[in-house]
Parts: sequence; C-alpha cells; structure tokens
Amino acid sequence: MSTSGSSPIVTIMGCVIVAIRDDLDDREVLMLQDQLVEEVARVKARGVIIDIASLEIVDTFAGRMLGSMAQMAHMMNARTIVVGMRPAVAMTLVELGMTLDGVETALNADRAMSLILGRRIKPS
Amino acid sequence: MPSESASLSSILSSDFEKILASWLKAQAREGVKRTDLVSAKETEKQSRDFLIAFGRATRDAPTDDKFDFANPSWDPVREALEEITESRTQRGVSPTEMGWFIASIKLPLFEQMRVAFAENNARLLENVWNTTRVVDQLALHAVESLVQKREAIIERQRAEMTEVSAPVVKIWDRIVTVPLIGTLDSFRAQTVMENLLDAIVQWEAEIAIIDITGVSTVDTLVAQHLLKTAAAVKLMGAECVICGISPKIAQTIVNLGVDLPNVTTRIDLQSGLAYAFERLGVTTKG
Repeated sequence: MSTSGSSPIVTIMGCVIVAIRDDLDDREVLMLQDQLVEEVARVKARGVIIDIASLEIVDTFAGRMLGSMAQMAHMMNARTIVVGMRPAVAMTLVELGMTLDGVETALNADRAMSLILGRRIKPS
Repeated sequence: MPSESASLSSILSSDFEKILASWLKAQAREGVKRTDLVSAKETEKQSRDFLIAFGRATRDAPTDDKFDFANPSWDPVREALEEITESRTQRGVSPTEMGWFIASIKLPLFEQMRVAFAENNARLLENVWNTTRVVDQLALHAVESLVQKREAIIERQRAEMTEVSAPVVKIWDRIVTVPLIGTLDSFRAQTVMENLLDAIVQWEAEIAIIDITGVSTVDTLVAQHLLKTAAAVKLMGAECVICGISPKIAQTIVNLGVDLPNVTTRIDLQSGLAYAFERLGVTTKG
C-alpha cells in the first residue's frame, strides 16, 4: 500500500482502488498517476477503480488524466472504472463535450468491483 | 406652488364630481369600461380613488416642465395604479384597455380647461400640453405595470409546469424512468437531466429509461438534448435507454441525418423495460 499526499491507494482482490481528493493540483495528479501505474504493475491488478465522488469540478486536464490512466492500465491488462461522479460534474463534462470515451463508469465502487470480478449483482 | 400646476390641481378640486362623471362616460365611449370583467361600481370606486390621489399629487408636485414622476408626491398615484392593474390583470384586461382607461381622463380635463382658460389661448395650450405629458406618463406606467404583472404570472406558471413535467420514477430495483410529454426545450431538457441524474444517485439505478412517446416533435435540438442526457447518464455509470421511438419519429431522426450512436433505443416502454430486465438479469413469471 502506498500513499500520495493523502490519497490512499489500496488493493483489494486484485483491484487497485483510489479515492481522489478534491484539492489536488496538477503536479500531485501526475504524481498520483505515477503511483497508480506502479501499483498496478506491482500487484498485477485486474482492475483499477478511481473514485471521484469528492470532486466538484472535473476540468479538461483531469478528464484527460482519467482517459490516459485508463489507457495505461489497459496496456497492463487492467480494466479502469471511474465511479462516484456527481450529477453536476457529469452535466458539466457533457456540456464541454467530454464524454470520457474509453473510460468505463459505474455508480459506486461496489458495482465496479462486481464488474471487474465478473459477478452480477442479484436483484433483490 | 407653481402657477401652471395650480390650474390642473384647481380644476381637479373644484370640478371633481363633474370630471369623474365625464371620465366614466369617456371610458364607456372608448370601450374600455369592461362591464363584463369589472363591475360599474368597482370601476367608479377605482376611478374615484385614482382621481383623489391624482388631485393631491398635482397639488403637491409640479406638473409643468419640472414634472418628475419619481417625485415622492406621486407615490399615492402609483399605489392607486398598482391596485387597479392588480385587480384587472387577474380578470384579463388587455394592455390597450388599461392604457385607454387612464388616457381617457384627458377629455374631461381638457373640457374643463377650455372653460377655465376661454380667454387665454396660450395658457390653454400650455396646460393641455402639460396635462398630456402627465397623463401619458401615468398611462404608460399603468400599461407597464400590467405587463409586468402578467409576466410574473407567466413565470410562475412556467415554474409550476417545469416542476410537474419531469417526474422521475423508480419502476424496478435499479431501474428509473422519466416519461416526457410535450415539447422539449433547452430549459426543460436541463431539468430532465438534473432530475434523472439525481434519481440515479438516489436509487442507485443502473438503467435509466427515457420515454419520449409523448414528445410531440423530435428535431435536431431535441435529439441533441437526448444525446447529452444519455452521455451524462453513462458518465454516472448507468445505461440510458430511449423508448417510444414511433415509426414517425424514427423517420424524422433518420431524415434529419441525426445519429444516435451508443444509445439503446426501443419502440415502446414495454420493450425498453424488457431490455432493462435482460441487462440486469431480472426474470418475471408469465
């Protein structure tokens, strides 16, 4: 387990999970990206889950960062899922024309875990 | 007290009843005394109140070229006007009728002035001009206030419409749906999107069904709104299904050259729900 600032990266059942803090600057974001790919390589992860629930703004830089992170993980045979996007953030991204193509999304980390582990959640 | 304004105010005070009666007659003649909308008694009371306030204001404030409607002495007149427009807006009086209602007071005033300044043409002309300015200002204010009140009503109704126009319902575990009815403008599309995304978070939905059966026309703009909503839904981690694509709408969309890529579409809500069940692995009996 490694940390970047105070964004902890944890690995559970082959899934690298990181919850992004809302006050990261561009340099810290790149650092986090670095550590994330290191961790993916180290544990030979099957998936990467990025929780952006605390982000109130996702600008073009952050959007591109998410895209490139997904691409890098994909090259290392890991599936990237972005979770917890706020409605307001989703609307802003759509208005900006950034639909984050190539990035998978899920409502929360729980759903993303099920997707990566290939389990369907049984309907209640 | 300026002498010019003294004449208007003195006429108003000395011949008050005569002017009021003549004004009411003038209102009837100009066809603005809407007896079907406002009762004669009420019209008389409103006219009387207005004329009293008008008389006081002309006594206290100048009505010649130093006339200024912003002068606090005119406040009671403004209040009387507000009261009249308020009651008339609710009854559907038109702006023209409202304007004429005030403007028709000119005739009785001019008649009295003709008597008062019979021997002095210059003063008569001056007084007529000054009175015209003042009355026109009042009439414009009345029309403006009427229009403003109407706009306030329209705005309120629009807000109410928007509130009821985009009900997002949870129809199954992890499935939410929003039936759209009527026309889809930018403002409504935004509301629909907001409500839908909030519902997805609230009910942890995986599938969002948009039913456009009730949407009267689908043009490029509406298609664009639908696409945006679908994209936002996908970013939230859910899947968007658009239902109610009738043959006519399908033709329109294709003829417009609009592409709906990566969006699942179904002919009606039933097949949309069936698709959602299949995606979620829900099985139903029968």
